[in-house]
Amino acid sequence: MATTLEPRTTPPPADAAPELGLEADAERAESRRGLLIGLPSLAYLVVFFALPLVIVVVYSFATRSRTGRTILGDWNLDSYARLFDPLVLEIALRSLWLALLTTLISLAFGYPFAYYLATRSPKVRGILLVLVMIPFWSNFLVRTYAWRVILGRDGPFVRLLEPILGTDVQLLFTPFAVVLGLVYGYMPFMILPLYATIERLDFSLVEAARDLYASGWQAFLKVTWPLSRPGVIAGSLLVFIPSFGAYVTPEILGGGRTTMLGSYIVRQFLSARDWPFGSALSVAVLLVMLAAAVVYLRSGGRNL
Amino acid sequence: MKLRRMRMMAVPTALVLVVAACGGDDAADDDGADGEAAAPEAGCEVGEVDGDLSFYNWSEYMDPDLIAAFEAEYDVTVTEDFYPSNEELFARVEAGGAQYDVIVPSDYMVDIMIQESLLMALDFDAIPNAANIADDFTSPPYDPGLEFSVPYQWGTTGIGVDLSVTGEVEASWALMFDEATATAAGGRVSLLDDPRETMAAALYWLGHDPNTTDEEQLQEAADVISSARPWTTAFTSDQYSDLLLGGETAVAHGYSGNFLDNFGGDENYAYLIPEEGATIWTDNLAVLTDTDAPCTAHTFIDFILDAENGAQLTNWTFYASPNAAAEEFILPEIIDNPAIYPDHEMMANLFFLEDTGDAEILFTDLFTQAKS
Amino acid sequence: MSVVDAASGPPPDVAEDSVVRPKRTVERILAGNAWIVFAFLYLPILLLVVLSFNDNRTVGVWTEPSLRWYQAMFTDRNVLGALRNSLVVAFISTVVSTVLGTAAALSLERFRYRGQRAYDGLLYLPVIIPDVTMAVMMLLFFVQAFDLLGAVLGVNASFGIGTISLSHIAFNISFVAVVVRARLAGLDPSLEEAAADLYASRWQAFRRVTLPLIAPGVAGGALLALTLSLDEVVITSFVAGPGSTTLPVYVFGLVRRGVTPLINAVSVLMLTGSMLLVLTSLLITRRRDEP
Repeated sequence: MATTLEPRTTPPPADAAPELGLEADAERAESRRGLLIGLPSLAYLVVFFALPLVIVVVYSFATRSRTGRTILGDWNLDSYARLFDPLVLEIALRSLWLALLTTLISLAFGYPFAYYLATRSPKVRGILLVLVMIPFWSNFLVRTYAWRVILGRDGPFVRLLEPILGTDVQLLFTPFAVVLGLVYGYMPFMILPLYATIERLDFSLVEAARDLYASGWQAFLKVTWPLSRPGVIAGSLLVFIPSFGAYVTPEILGGGRTTMLGSYIVRQFLSARDWPFGSALSVAVLLVMLAAAVVYLRSGGRNL
Repeated sequence: MKLRRMRMMAVPTALVLVVAACGGDDAADDDGADGEAAAPEAGCEVGEVDGDLSFYNWSEYMDPDLIAAFEAEYDVTVTEDFYPSNEELFARVEAGGAQYDVIVPSDYMVDIMIQESLLMALDFDAIPNAANIADDFTSPPYDPGLEFSVPYQWGTTGIGVDLSVTGEVEASWALMFDEATATAAGGRVSLLDDPRETMAAALYWLGHDPNTTDEEQLQEAADVISSARPWTTAFTSDQYSDLLLGGETAVAHGYSGNFLDNFGGDENYAYLIPEEGATIWTDNLAVLTDTDAPCTAHTFIDFILDAENGAQLTNWTFYASPNAAAEEFILPEIIDNPAIYPDHEMMANLFFLEDTGDAEILFTDLFTQAKS
Repeated sequence: MSVVDAASGPPPDVAEDSVVRPKRTVERILAGNAWIVFAFLYLPILLLVVLSFNDNRTVGVWTEPSLRWYQAMFTDRNVLGALRNSLVVAFISTVVSTVLGTAAALSLERFRYRGQRAYDGLLYLPVIIPDVTMAVMMLLFFVQAFDLLGAVLGVNASFGIGTISLSHIAFNISFVAVVVRARLAGLDPSLEEAAADLYASRWQAFRRVTLPLIAPGVAGGALLALTLSLDEVVITSFVAGPGSTTLPVYVFGLVRRGVTPLINAVSVLMLTGSMLLVLTSLLITRRRDEP
C-alpha cells in the first residue's frame, strides 16, 4: 500500500525499464491512475486552449493586408524579425523591471501578511482570508480609477508630501503609480498561495529548530522559509507574469506615458490591426516566460 | 474502470453541448462574412420587420426611450450591446459570427469595412427618411454617395480648457505643442492616447495634411509630441474630461460631445476647435452582410433618421445631428452652440481621418516611441 | 467558508500552541504589517463607497450626497442584465475550474507518468498569455468551431454566456492548479499513506484525509478563480454575443464616456452582496460547530 501515494521527493521514473513482479504492475497502474485524474483538465486545456493557441502561432507567420486584415498564405518570418526592433526591446526591458519590482514589493508585504494570517486561530483565519478577497469583488476598473483620485493633485498623498518636500509632487501618471497599481491588483495572487503553504507548515519543526538554534530569526531562515518555498515560488510567478503583460493598469495609472509590453501588444491587435505582429509578440512572450518559469521552478526546488 | 473513463469523456462532450445550447437560437451564417464583392440589397418594404434586432453601439450613445419607442411601434425586441472602440468592433466583425444586425462604425472604419465586404449595400427604397440627411454628409470621402452607411451623429476633435486656470486663450494647438503657450495655460495637458488623432493634432499644428503618409512629416509630428512630454500629464482616451473637471489637467484633447455633456453648462470650461484645422468625424449606422433581420435593420435606420427621433437623439447625446430636418426640434442650447454646430468657415477647416493602409503601422510605432 | 474551516480538523491547532507563536516584538511587527496591508487594500474601496453617494458625475469632484446613482442603477436594464450575466459566468467558471484545476494539481503533484512535463508546461500557458492574445485566439477558435459544428453535426452554436464561460474556465483551471499545487507540494505523504491503510478505498482516503488537507488551497484557488472571472474584460468582450455583455465589459464602455458613479454604485451593491454571503456562511458554520 505504501506505493499508492508517492511523495514528490522520490518520483519513480515513469519511463524506467519495467521491472518484473507486482511492484512494477502497481507502479504502472498508479501512473495510469494519475493520468486519468488529470485527463479531463488536460482534454479541456487541449481543446479550449492549445488548439486556439495554434491559430495564433499560424497567424504569426501570416501577412497584414493594406486594410489590416490578416492574409493567410504567403508565410514569412517578417513579424519575428521586427521583435528585435530597439523599440520592442526597450519596452520589454521596462516591463521586466517594473514586473520584478512589483513582485518584490508584493512578496515583502505579502509574506509577513500570509504568515500572520496562517498563525491565527482557524476561525479568525477564514474571516481574514475572505476580508483580503472582498475588495476584489468590486470592479477592477472602478478600483483603479479610485487610485487615480487618491494619487491625484488633491489626493491625501500629494497633500501630505508637498509641505514636506516643499515642491510640486506628481504621483499620478508616473511609473510609481503603475507599480503601486500592479501591487494592489496582484496582491491576492501573492497572498493566497503563500497562505496555503504556510498554513500547512509543520510547526513542530520550527519548535525543534528553536531548541537547536539560538535565535528565532535563524529558525525562520533555516526552517520556515525553505518550507514555505513552494508558496513563494507560486506567488511570485502569479504576480510577475501578469504584471509583465499588464495592460489596463499602466494605461489608467501610467497615463499612457509608461508603455508596457501588454499595452504594446494590444496596440498591435487593435490600433495597428497588425495581427501577425501581435501574434509574433505573443508567441515570443509565451516562450520567454515559459522558459523563465521552468528555470525558476527548477532552481526554486534547491536554492532560493 | 470503464465506467470512470466514460464519465471523464462526458465532461468535454457536455461542455460542447453547453455552447451549442447557449447560443442555439439565432446563429448567423459565417460564410457570408468573407463573401462576394457586391453585397446583396435587402429588398424590404418601408416599415417591414423580419425579426428581432441586435444593435451593437458605443456606450451611452442611444437614448433608451428611443429604443423603447421603436420596440413598441414595431413589436420587436432590440438587444443593445456595447463596444469601446472601432478596432474591437472590427476584430469582432471581421472574425465572423458576430450576430449583430446594425452597427455604428466611425468614418474610417466604414471605409475599411466596405473594402472587406462586411457591410450590406443599403436599400434606400426602404429608408425614405434618408432624404433628411444634410447636404454636408451626403457624399463623405469614406462612403461616396452613401451606399453602405448613413451618418448617425457627428462631432469634432478639439480642445477642452479650464478657463479658471488658462484665462482667455486662443483656439490653437499651441496650447498643446508650444512650450510658452502651454506653460502659460497651466502646464498640465492631456492628449488622446490614439495614434491617429494625436498625430493628426501635431500635423495640423505643423500645417501638414492629417492623412499624410510622408515619413518625414510623420517623424516631424512625432518629434512635436515627444517635445511636449514635459507638460503632458497623460495620454488618455477616456476620462480626459473627468481629469479636466477634477483639476488634474487644465487643457485636454478630446471629442466635442463628451466635453460639452460633462461641462453641463459650467462657464469655467470651454470647448475650442483649433483654427489651424481639426478633425471632423461621423459615426454611422450600417448593416452587416450576415444579418438575420435585414428589414428590421432598415426600418430601424429609417426610424432613427426621422426628424423628431433624430432631434431626440441629439438632445440626449449632445453630439451634432447630420439630420437637417431634425434641426428645428433640437434644443437651442445645442443648435446655437458653435462648439457643437460650427459655422461654415470653420466647417471648411475640418478634415476626416482616412485609413492610410500600411502607414497605420508607422503611425502606431512613431506614436508609441514619442510618448515614452 | 466551510471549506476553509474544514482544514482545522487534522492538523494541530497552531494558535493554541504558544511555543510556535512568534515572539512578542515579531508578533507586533506582523500585526502592524497586517494593518498596513488591510489599509492598502481597503483605501480605494472606502473612496469608492463614498463616491457612489456623490451627486456629481465626475468622479473626483464632490458636490452633494445623493442616491441618484442607486436609483439609476435599479432602473437601467443594461446594468442589471450585465450584472446577472457576470454572476452566472463567475459561478459556472468557478465551479468547473475548481474541480478541474484541483484534479490537474493532484495528478501532476501526486503521480508520475509519461508526458507529464508537457502537461505541466501547458498548464502554465494560460497564466502567461497576454489577455488580448487569448481574446483574439478564442474568438478565431470559436468561429472555426462553430463552422465545424454546423457542418458536421448541423448544430447552430453562437457566441454568448457559453463561450464566455468556456474561455474563463480555460484560464481559471491554471490559476486554481497553481494555488492547489503550492499546498500539495511537500505535504507530508505519510498521513495519506496511513489513511490509505486505514480506509477501505482510495476514494475514502482522498475524501477524509487529502481533501481536508488541501482544502485551504482549493478554497484559495476558488476565490482566485471567482475574482478573476468577475473582473475579466478583454477576453470576455471578444467572445460575448448579443445580450451576453458582462458587467466589466459594460463598465469598460461606460468609463470612456465618464459615467463612473453609476458603476461605483454597482460595485457597492456587489460588495454588500458578497459580504452578506460571507456573513451567512459564517453563521451557518458556527451553528453547525455548536454541539
